[in-house]
Amino acid sequence: MYGSKVKLRFLFIVIILITLILTIFLILKSLEENVVYFQSPTEIKLLSEVKDNKIRVGGMVKKDSISINANEVRFIITDFKNEINVIYTGAVPNLFAEEKGVVAEGFLKDRSVFSATKILAKHDENYMPPEVKTALEEK
Amino acid sequence: MFKFFEPNKIFKITSRAPKYVLFLFIIVLSIGLVEALILSPEDYKQSHAVRIMYVHVPSAWISLGIFSSITFLSISGFVFKNKNFFLISKSLAPSGFVFNIIALVTGAIWGKPTWGTWWAWDARITSMLILALFYAMYLISWRIYEDKEKVFKITTFITILGIINVPIIKYSVDWWNTLHQPASINILSKSSIHSSMLFPLMLMTAAFALFSLLIFLMKYNTELIKIKNRGLDRL
Repeated sequence: MYGSKVKLRFLFIVIILITLILTIFLILKSLEENVVYFQSPTEIKLLSEVKDNKIRVGGMVKKDSISINANEVRFIITDFKNEINVIYTGAVPNLFAEEKGVVAEGFLKDRSVFSATKILAKHDENYMPPEVKTALEEK
Repeated sequence: MFKFFEPNKIFKITSRAPKYVLFLFIIVLSIGLVEALILSPEDYKQSHAVRIMYVHVPSAWISLGIFSSITFLSISGFVFKNKNFFLISKSLAPSGFVFNIIALVTGAIWGKPTWGTWWAWDARITSMLILALFYAMYLISWRIYEDKEKVFKITTFITILGIINVPIIKYSVDWWNTLHQPASINILSKSSIHSSMLFPLMLMTAAFALFSLLIFLMKYNTELIKIKNRGLDRL
């Protein structure tokens, strides 16, 4: 049906695509550490050594763990397996709340204490009107 | 093959269709905006900030859709040596690029009140920026090369490089830890967005798609006029 040139050009494209996909896959695999935006408390716990470079820790803010005195905010980030204490000075974003997602940027003091320089709120993919939320909670 | 791509027939359509598309676009956009900005409920967590979604998400979808289309058309054009496919791609690209930029800008505006930052180098946002760069490369290469054969090959290559980024954008939120939340709308499983918010989102998507179609028709019409004037450069 098609000429041999057409088939060859098609083959050419397919080979380019496969090569590129494999290359990109390998690059991304080897860069995994840099592609992830934050680490979980479990990953922090498993670190071989505490370095003093800037990192990000993410997870849920543990229930009843937020304490604010003067300008200092203390809370616990949990991934429901491990926890890490966070100390932060400054304003927190609007969506920062207990049992909600959070990403803290800063430095590790040791494996269980994290000194944050920036707090980001991470929200989930659920969107609904407030009435629906209340109705769901009553169930 | 592709007999129906006769320039004269297409020209008749592309010179008449825009006004109808514009009319439809204005209607859908007006209803969509009223739904999105006034009638739709506020979010339980983000309250009114959620309304940025009705611009942000459709823009991102359209820019991804257009990039996929121009890749498909460029590869088909390359394999079957069809010039018309390249012209369609060329006419589609500008609106895709604009929507990509809109998605990035509205994302930043949305990120500030919700996450607490304008920009984050997370996988979703960075890969979306890379898509914008591919769009830019694509559009620039049409301008710098005079030789048509050369442009066809280079743009095809750019789209092939860029298309690999598209599934990365889609799945970045599932594969890696990102600040960006996972997809709310799933074709196979239940969507995690309430139907009262889904409806305006779909309306706005339709409006943006119509706008892209409008810009495409106008661009494509110009391309056909250029060919007519030159006379030599047939499809």
